[in-house]
Amino acid sequence: MADKPTAVIAEPAAPLRERAPIVSKPPRARSQALLPFVAAAVLVAAWQILAQVFSLPIYIAPTPMQVARTLVSELPTLMRNFVPTALESLVGFVVGNTIAIVVAVVFVHSRRLEAALYPIAVFVNTIPILAKAPILVLIFGLGMTSKVVIAAFICFFPTLANMVRGLTSVNPQSLELMRVLSASKAEVFWKLRVPSSLPFLFSALKIASTTSVLGAIVGEWIGADLGLGALIIEATHNFRSPLLYATVFVSSAWAVVFFAVVSFAERRIVTWKQGEVS
Amino acid sequence: MNSLGAAPAVRLDGATVRFTSERGSVTALENVGLQVPPGGFISLLGPSGCGKSTLLRLVADLVAPTQGAVTVLGGPPETARLNRELGFVFQDATLLPWRSALENVRLPLEVGPKKRDRSGLRKPEELLRLVGLGGREDALPHELSGGMRQRVAIARALVAEPRILLMDEPFGALDEITRDTLNEELLRIWQETGTTILFVTHSIPEAVFLSQYVLVLATNPGRVRELVECELPYPRPLSVRETPEFIRIASHLRALLQTC
Repeated sequence: MADKPTAVIAEPAAPLRERAPIVSKPPRARSQALLPFVAAAVLVAAWQILAQVFSLPIYIAPTPMQVARTLVSELPTLMRNFVPTALESLVGFVVGNTIAIVVAVVFVHSRRLEAALYPIAVFVNTIPILAKAPILVLIFGLGMTSKVVIAAFICFFPTLANMVRGLTSVNPQSLELMRVLSASKAEVFWKLRVPSSLPFLFSALKIASTTSVLGAIVGEWIGADLGLGALIIEATHNFRSPLLYATVFVSSAWAVVFFAVVSFAERRIVTWKQGEVS
Repeated sequence: MNSLGAAPAVRLDGATVRFTSERGSVTALENVGLQVPPGGFISLLGPSGCGKSTLLRLVADLVAPTQGAVTVLGGPPETARLNRELGFVFQDATLLPWRSALENVRLPLEVGPKKRDRSGLRKPEELLRLVGLGGREDALPHELSGGMRQRVAIARALVAEPRILLMDEPFGALDEITRDTLNEELLRIWQETGTTILFVTHSIPEAVFLSQYVLVLATNPGRVRELVECELPYPRPLSVRETPEFIRIASHLRALLQTC
């Protein structure tokens, strides 16, 4: 019987208008955001059970409970050592990235300077931070300055490379548009190049937020009285494993907070979709 | 030389453009003569590589002629560009993705030398309404459809009240239904603003529907083949495309293109 197709003609409830599709997050997204926390909880529980079952000595592998207790009892010590590390990584982050952005702007304006100096920057970047750190401590002394410089150094190169790419990877048609509008060089820079570079800059800043903490800690290993790096060395030498683990936890937590702040800033500033719209 | 009468808004005299690279030189346009009267609507039609876009870029001062002369509004193209008399619409909307629709339309007012006579300037909000995007001022480009983005690009091209609008396949990437709507809107805007329009397209129906004249270009080297008049009265409804006169012009153009 049904050898002819049938269709039901529907009347629109409201006048139809051309509209872009509205993308809503699937309900799965929220439960997926919880997954890493569940996985972490399982791993910590497994660690607690294994350490107890095999009754490992505390100096080899403390249980999560012991680490947590140390975290509370040694809080004043941890905080006293946390402040200089946080300060060094923060100042190093600001200094290193600021210099990198300025150098990137100079490079984009002078291809000659870029050709002369970029290979040197690459060369310096190939020296491992563990090799650079003692040299910088010799130059800048055992105080906080040397740690700030090491943290700044570790931030510098990724930001420089990303920023140069960001400032130069402007859509050529946008440049033609600016030319038809008779825009000045300064206008092209501020209205086109700088905003185009922001997604690139933030990828670099996210890397730098965690590596600057690493830089500060490595600097403290070479020589420091105070700081999470110094505490790590001290706890290791004295076989105070729960304190070592607690220190590692604090430094990681700081790096995560730092990363989260930069990510938050990125989401507030880079509200557009990269590459989707020409 | 093809003459359309009246003091021309755009005039090309023996304009030749040659691009030279290491692999030799390519003649994109050869000895092009053309006069476009103020307020005219001319479409440029031809196979790929016939220099349609190059002709537009000559007028926009994005390319300089190797030989010959280009005159825009009685002076060199550079003067017209600096006086903000040129609007350009690309095939891609070329919106700045971090700016809202309204801020994109406003861009030409923020950069470049300011127009001396600002009395005629239309408000960006008004232009967005003119292209049918009232109420979407704050939308970012990625929140708009392809057709809506192209409307924003047209509003942006009009905001500095240019006397000449150059459109390089502006609707080439759109679906046919959206293209029809925008074609009708473009005619309405043209009649409302009195702007001279040079319109590059690959589509014969689009060229016939929109323009007073269609300039057919041949390829290798790019040169003028014929200037075809589209004698259809304005305003033109979409249904004009089914009239015998429309079909006659379209089939004439199709036959011409086969010889280009």
